[in-house]
Amino acid sequence: MKNTVKNILLVGVGGQGTILASKILSEGLLSAGYDVKMSEIHGMSQRGGNVSTQIRFGDKIRSPIVDKGEADIIVAFEKMEALRWFEYLKPGGQMVINDFEIPSAPISRGLVAYPKGILEELSEKAKVSVVRAGEIAEKLGNARAMNIVLLGALVKALHIGGIDWKALVRGNVKANFAELNLRAFEAGEAVM
Amino acid sequence: MQEKKLLTGNEAVARGAYEAGLLFASAYPGTPSTEILENLANFKDTLYSEWAPNEKVALEAAIGASLAGVRSLAAMKHVGVNVAADPLFTFAYTGVNGGCVLVSADDPGMHSSQNEQDNRNYAFAAKLLMLEPSDSQETKDFTKLAFELSEKFDTPVMLRLTTRICHSKSPVQLEGRQDAPVVPYVRNIEKYVATPANAIVMHEKLTERMAAMQAYANTAPVNRAEYNGLKTGVISAGAAYQYARDAFGDDASYLKLGMTHPMPMDLVREFASKVETLYVVEELDPYMETQIKAAGIACVGKALIPERGELNGRIVREAVFGEMPIAIHSEKTAVPRPPTLCAGCPHRGFFLALSKKKGVVITGDIGCYTLASSPPLSAMDSCFCMGGSISTGHGAAKAFALTGRPEKVVAVIGDSTFFHSGVTSLMDVVYNRGNSVSVILDNRITGMTGHQQNPGTGFTLMGEPAAEVDIPALCKAIGVEGSNIYLVNPLALDEVDAALEDALAKDEPTVIITRYPCILKKFSEEDRAEFDLSPKKCVISQEACRKCRMCVKTGCPSIRAAGAITIDAASCTGCGVCMQVCEFGAITAEG
Repeated sequence: MKNTVKNILLVGVGGQGTILASKILSEGLLSAGYDVKMSEIHGMSQRGGNVSTQIRFGDKIRSPIVDKGEADIIVAFEKMEALRWFEYLKPGGQMVINDFEIPSAPISRGLVAYPKGILEELSEKAKVSVVRAGEIAEKLGNARAMNIVLLGALVKALHIGGIDWKALVRGNVKANFAELNLRAFEAGEAVM
Repeated sequence: MQEKKLLTGNEAVARGAYEAGLLFASAYPGTPSTEILENLANFKDTLYSEWAPNEKVALEAAIGASLAGVRSLAAMKHVGVNVAADPLFTFAYTGVNGGCVLVSADDPGMHSSQNEQDNRNYAFAAKLLMLEPSDSQETKDFTKLAFELSEKFDTPVMLRLTTRICHSKSPVQLEGRQDAPVVPYVRNIEKYVATPANAIVMHEKLTERMAAMQAYANTAPVNRAEYNGLKTGVISAGAAYQYARDAFGDDASYLKLGMTHPMPMDLVREFASKVETLYVVEELDPYMETQIKAAGIACVGKALIPERGELNGRIVREAVFGEMPIAIHSEKTAVPRPPTLCAGCPHRGFFLALSKKKGVVITGDIGCYTLASSPPLSAMDSCFCMGGSISTGHGAAKAFALTGRPEKVVAVIGDSTFFHSGVTSLMDVVYNRGNSVSVILDNRITGMTGHQQNPGTGFTLMGEPAAEVDIPALCKAIGVEGSNIYLVNPLALDEVDAALEDALAKDEPTVIITRYPCILKKFSEEDRAEFDLSPKKCVISQEACRKCRMCVKTGCPSIRAAGAITIDAASCTGCGVCMQVCEFGAITAEG
């Protein structure tokens, strides 16, 4: 049997919860019997930098790194990060973009403008699903659950059965936030 | 049988050391190695772990524990091994009592480091046994093996990791803890007292051990050949092995090396004789390639593979086969997202005041505050190594004075960094009658690596209360005059400015200590008692704002100036620095 490998990239800005979403995703994939590798670079992310988590799964995974033109799915937790990582998408791959802006330092200081028309341009060139995860999470009661909304959307896009995602979400968040996050997960699944 | 878990390489080192019966571990935090000790601290009911003030101290403490007959470990980032190199080289001469492992976490690509030195060269230079794992399972297995080999060959073992190994997760089979026997302590002057007379004999024995280790390397199960097609053979190790597998595929043959010092040259020779073209795929220096070529074996390595930066499957494929990735491109460009000092960071106030001073050379150090070198503050002239700012500042100040130039020098250093190796530098300034201003930025924690305790914070790695270094008293004890020591709140700009003015005017050693907790820190009861940490928000009155942009020039990420100048309420901590620079009273703080 040919070794089929799927590559997923989660990209965003430090503090958006990409690492927790990646953790739940990887644990789910491991429980389904896949070989899984996950790599994260988070050296200075708490100080406003961008973050990326790479997840590869399949029968046998060697390198943990996803490079240009290799990602089957990219989930961008922030819109400009979708643009930054766009060339990592495999031709024919899918992008899930959170319609949410976090200005970087040069933008905040008014030196350059936040790029316009990102969603339009990327949608022309690739299969793009736009999720308003910020709004959805806020309506559910806490904007910070944005990451779990996006996880729900990603899981739906992956089409992998037999994994109890909700139990994994419950097991990875504080008990008093479990219900909120479960609803966030369902809301994410529903938009896809 | 225990479960399989996804672990990072750092978690796997901790787990492996625990399973191997480790009893003593010490480290100084440094990316990408920090989480090794943080995870060992989770086993605090079973084993002892501590933060040392620096890497040399960490390794020396681990050597002491080995001497006393228990399995011990020291962990550090690649540049930390430079600090620990002195004891390391002689430790290779004496050998061990209890097994001892040095974890070197290298950072190819410099994700969070000032250089990308290849520490495999240390194993060669110091004559250590070295193991290089390629994933988390191997990292755990090799950690356990490292202790066995350390005791078997009477040598410290270097476990060499890289950022991708440290910070990548892959499945690991957990096992139980084994009881490592405590080796009885017997005084052995010839073995452990490295006087010249003894060391001459030690060196001779080390040469014999090296021969035994080399013989073992050729039969070691962690060094294995996998024969597929014989047209192409690849020798690789560590993270690079995974990249080589992805690039060369299942048709090539591989010699996968887990033990890379001493090199298993018989195995290499045998493998080379069976394949048509031999490639050596390794990150950074041609460490293996040079040794293989020196043994008279032809191979292709750095002629094709980059010797700078991190590798991956795509880079190796491109280098060897010229295959370019097929990717979709956008016409637009994302704006860079450089890391900045956080909203509410106490360093901002200090550096803002310092940046206004003319004719001042600022020598910097390793920590969050190195970010003050970026615009708009741009308040730094140099940064070399952990603990180096005060001594480079002293040398620069002497040189300016010797050549009759007017520049004054301000050296900036963090609390943890000062304890690391800034204390001896301050002694240099005082002892040699320097006139540089040394600034200790005490934010009550080790910030950059993610909030580790240190000798100044009042707590240990295992969460026990501890004695705190009294920095002003320490400076006095070194010989700084009491009137030359300034204790300031870095968020009070006038206070900082007055201290700088006063200190810069003096022709003798001065110390400014800024004391305010990192805003991201989990505040202790003591912090809450000492500082006003009640949540506040700063707000700009649009009527009063004259758009002079003075507040924007503080570099605070909460201030938005794309259109009207506003403050993002979600991230503002109410530190009040922007309020102090506003000449029109347009900014107020709301409690």
